[in-house]
Amino acid sequence: MDEILEILEKDGRIPAETIAKMLKKKPQSVKDAIKKYEKDGVILKYKAVVNKDLIRDEDSHVRALIEVNIVPQKDFGFDKIAERIYSFPEVSSCYLISGTYDLLVIIEGKNIHTVSNFVAEKLSCLENVRGTATHFLLKKYKEDGVILKHKEENKRIAISY
Amino acid sequence: MKNIISKKVQDMQPSGIRAFFDLVLGMKDVISLGVGEPDFVTPWPIREAGISSLEQGFTSYTSNKGLYKLRLSISRYLKNKHGLEYSPDEEILITVGVSEGVDLVLRSIINPGDKVLVPQPSYVSYGPMTELAGGVPIYIDTTKNNFKLTPKLLEKYVHEKPKAIILNYPVNPTGVSYTKKELSEFNKFFLKHKIICISDEVYGDLTYDFEHTPFATLSGAKSNTVFLDGFSKSYAMTGWRVGFACAPKEIIAAMTKIHQYTIMCVPITSQMAACEAFVTGRRSVEEMKREYRRRREFFIGKLNELGLECDKPEGAFYAFVCVKKSGLNGMDFAQKLLKEQKVAVVPGSAFGENLENYVRMSYASSFDNLKEALNRMEVFLKGLKKHG
Repeated sequence: MDEILEILEKDGRIPAETIAKMLKKKPQSVKDAIKKYEKDGVILKYKAVVNKDLIRDEDSHVRALIEVNIVPQKDFGFDKIAERIYSFPEVSSCYLISGTYDLLVIIEGKNIHTVSNFVAEKLSCLENVRGTATHFLLKKYKEDGVILKHKEENKRIAISY
Repeated sequence: MKNIISKKVQDMQPSGIRAFFDLVLGMKDVISLGVGEPDFVTPWPIREAGISSLEQGFTSYTSNKGLYKLRLSISRYLKNKHGLEYSPDEEILITVGVSEGVDLVLRSIINPGDKVLVPQPSYVSYGPMTELAGGVPIYIDTTKNNFKLTPKLLEKYVHEKPKAIILNYPVNPTGVSYTKKELSEFNKFFLKHKIICISDEVYGDLTYDFEHTPFATLSGAKSNTVFLDGFSKSYAMTGWRVGFACAPKEIIAAMTKIHQYTIMCVPITSQMAACEAFVTGRRSVEEMKREYRRRREFFIGKLNELGLECDKPEGAFYAFVCVKKSGLNGMDFAQKLLKEQKVAVVPGSAFGENLENYVRMSYASSFDNLKEALNRMEVFLKGLKKHG
């Protein structure tokens, strides 16, 4: 992987000028490369990884992983029905996977009711959906490569040879 | 009380910057560029191997030379990577870091009064360990030569009839390293003058601009070289204390004799973790190296913009910076910077003679820390100009 991507994956806010310094490149060439990655869809978006566990109660939210069994459609396989599912704004991620079920759908909702309503009233009613199994997420330990724990103090002694 | 202490130890010079170290350790919220170890934690698969060895009950001694499995891994690794052949049975010894390795070699080969060349600036222990072994360190001043050792410089010390040299590259504290061509010149010189090369290559994996060449791979060098390396810097394993020595079997046998009476063996947990380093750790080494290289470009570039002159180091994670233009010497610079801006660096005088105008800054620190430290140094330097 290009080092520019390696750096941005760790910190999306780092300016192109700084990356240029780190990689001994011209700032313009780094800017051009980033622009191209954005245009080609290699870089999809920049976002903050938020630890929602630390946000006050009124903003609380729940997340559920839903296994979905599907009857594939002629000519389209799973893609059309997947599109119908992932187009709902409640769906934050949607994957086609191998194994005992077909789609793994990740839902975000304000509370347990909004999620169950979504499953009961929207997802299960779709004609090609054969069945669902909903797993509510209880605790997040690590997300997008980030360990969700308070940073521990530096363990190194402050000065050494 | 004083007369209880042996003459030899009494005669050892205490480090001139101990007081400064105490000052740093007594302060809070310091951004430290004074650390001589990676800021990464040991990669998880290696830590996990250590934990799992404890769970399985591996809590005994190992053979004096170290776990055979680890010696075999080292032997295979050196063969594959560098074409270097060392027998795991007779030519490899697992040591408590490279530090013990240096001590063992010196005690194995030095007779009272033997002279040992030590290019300076150098890691702090080479001189005192030589003295403890009964030898006489002869320091080679490289300051006027961009901190680089050359055959011409070496030539000046032939008349001392040195028995050995402690060569360290990439160098702590300057980051200087040598190409194969430069090393070949040294090698010819050492062979011609029968000088044993004690080669401390613990930062070898952290060489950025060219391939690191182990000294023992040079033509005819192997029988004249003690090759010392370890896991501390490449795999971020400083606290585990594992290194290794590779040398002709007579030297390894002598070193093992001392090692068995003093250390017995390296802790088994550390050795088992080190075995894992060869299995899954290489990828982490490459990742860490890329990260250090990026920090180097950024950090050295910024330092020079600030007027803190330093050449680009070829390896390790140190910048050895001349602070003369600030109007302060290295010690005053370090003390003032610590007190006024809470940034810790190490005064150059820790690493030898004629280094009063330098400080060592380590860029083994997070990118945010480096940025903040540079900002603080900028404020510090502006303040000096105003009041200067």
